[in-house]
Amino acid sequence: MPERLRRSHEAWLLAVILVLGAVLAAIAPGFLTPGNFVDLIETYSVQGILALGLFVVLVSGGIDISFAATASVAQYLAAWLAARLHMPGIVCIPAGLLAGVALGAINATLIHFVRVTSIIATIATMSVYFALLMYFTGGKLISDLPDWWTDRIVFVQWQNAEGDLVRITLPIVMLVVAALFTWLMMTRSTAGRQLYAMGGNPESARRVGVAIGRLHYLAYGFLGFMAALGGIIQAHRVGESVPNAMYGSELTVLSAAVLGGASLSGGVGSVPGVLLGIVLLAILQNGLNLLGVSPYFFQIVIGLVILISTSFTMLATRGRHARRRVAAPAAGD
Amino acid sequence: MHAAASRRRPPVTERAPVRGIDAGLAPLLARLRMPGGLAGLAGLLAALVVVFGAAVPDFASGGTLQSVMFQMPELGLLSLAMLLPLISGGLNLAIIATANQAALLMAWLMRSWTPAGASGGTVALVIVAAMLAGLLLCVVIGLLTGALVAYTGVHPILVTLGTRSLLDGVSIFLTRGTIISGLPHQYAAVGNAVVLGVPVPFLVLIAAALACGLLLRRTAFGVAVFMVGSNIEATRYSAIDVRRVLVGVYLASSVLCFVAACLMLARFNSASAEYAQSYLLITILAAVLGGVDPFGGFGTVWGLMLALAILQVLASGSNLLGMSDYLKLAIWGLVLIGVMAAQTLAQRMKRRGP
Repeated sequence: MPERLRRSHEAWLLAVILVLGAVLAAIAPGFLTPGNFVDLIETYSVQGILALGLFVVLVSGGIDISFAATASVAQYLAAWLAARLHMPGIVCIPAGLLAGVALGAINATLIHFVRVTSIIATIATMSVYFALLMYFTGGKLISDLPDWWTDRIVFVQWQNAEGDLVRITLPIVMLVVAALFTWLMMTRSTAGRQLYAMGGNPESARRVGVAIGRLHYLAYGFLGFMAALGGIIQAHRVGESVPNAMYGSELTVLSAAVLGGASLSGGVGSVPGVLLGIVLLAILQNGLNLLGVSPYFFQIVIGLVILISTSFTMLATRGRHARRRVAAPAAGD
Repeated sequence: MHAAASRRRPPVTERAPVRGIDAGLAPLLARLRMPGGLAGLAGLLAALVVVFGAAVPDFASGGTLQSVMFQMPELGLLSLAMLLPLISGGLNLAIIATANQAALLMAWLMRSWTPAGASGGTVALVIVAAMLAGLLLCVVIGLLTGALVAYTGVHPILVTLGTRSLLDGVSIFLTRGTIISGLPHQYAAVGNAVVLGVPVPFLVLIAAALACGLLLRRTAFGVAVFMVGSNIEATRYSAIDVRRVLVGVYLASSVLCFVAACLMLARFNSASAEYAQSYLLITILAAVLGGVDPFGGFGTVWGLMLALAILQVLASGSNLLGMSDYLKLAIWGLVLIGVMAAQTLAQRMKRRGP
């Protein structure tokens, strides 16, 4: 067991988080309070939901950077239906989610049938989705969202020793639900296992009878759904819909998924890993804020995190393979 | 196993084996030049010029040609910087961040090193020194990127996303998102000069394209880049130091970004971390339209140049028609998707035919 733990990516991530948390708690007194922690999770809930969707695509062996544009389109469509046509929530929210799935399906079509590399296909669709959204909306924000959308929904609340109110709100609950659902789908369903198989080796997966086309639609459609969900929750949090509010969050989300152990070559990664990745990023940003470091610095941190975490994962995997190869003939003798 | 094998293998002289492969690859490379494909692109270019010339009254004039020759070079150099990694089977998403950072460094050095009322000679010296510093920065960036791609085995997309975020972060952190201007006017004067009716930037582009073409077609390194792009394992077993080739690819890409940065400085007369961000899509679009295989291994400089000319004519035409920037961006994306769909279709038809 300790050996397994030592090799597990998530255990390392958790150790880094604990060390960083301890350091921050010692330096910044406001850090280790339940209020700060719950606030942090709420701030990062939207990115967490997006990262869970992206994680599924990464496991399948692809990449998608159009999800922020998808989220903006879905959010704006739902907001437009709600604020301009005064549709009830039962229409607006499914319409937004459906738009997300549809845009994801366009990506899947390009990647599966047109056989475009996923990065190039999604760079193209990102530009098309975002540019068309900005063209048709003129960049105008919708600030008169109905109350059913923007009213804060609190599930649990309590007062801590310092007298601060700690609230478990809708975004946090949605993040937990999304994480549970993704975890169930990826580990307990046939489709999830097949996604791992396809990411590991698409050709062998195809030969054992996995329907690659259907899985492409599942992965990119799922990300589209999560993006739309994230978009709708983002509007719920800020109380308005700005067409370019989500644009530019791609790198943070991608680095969370990659931090969590997902690799661009596909087939690896886990939901707990992605959640820990989000927590690590949240702690990093919060810690930098508490230490009074310029917010401009955060992008440098993101870049370093991507470079360091991917290099270490890759070198560690390679070292492990080399060791196994050395060990194998000895066992055969 | 291959990783261990290449580590144990004694260093081989690159020349002999590569020359042998070059002979074997020659027929394949000849086929790659695709006269049909290039003729198609040239035909498309001619058709566009005729259509826009007829539809837009101001289009068919020397002014349009001049403005095309002024606007194309930056995009052309950035596209060349994208072309090399694409052919090697990778991608460099950090080209614009690299160019912007080099431009920022050069602008800052030129501004802070030029003494008030300096003579022409001093200014020239400062400009050359600043450009050397920019080149050095790009060489370092290229070597680091290449080393990360080659020695860790992390996918180039992730490496260059990381370096892009890092470079942009450093640029924005140091400048606080502001624009650096106030360059010595001599710099822009040379950068925007016109020699025999041809703008200097355009001459730079032609020189860079020729250099890239020669590098890819006439050197052992170039052949190795194509081989790495079409089958990296086979290349490794052909006794080619794949890692050194990859470092070279990202180094060359980064140096091309430096040249682009010099041209951008001359045209905007300032530098910022935010400039030219929309070019990333267009460089990929130009490469794919020009016949570069996004999976690596195939592509020509001439195809890329023709594709750039087509895109530039489209851009000038739509500018004269008064289209909005967002509509143009959407059209670029749709054109990219359309071109790739057409290529896939054409391939399928070919496979079904005799």
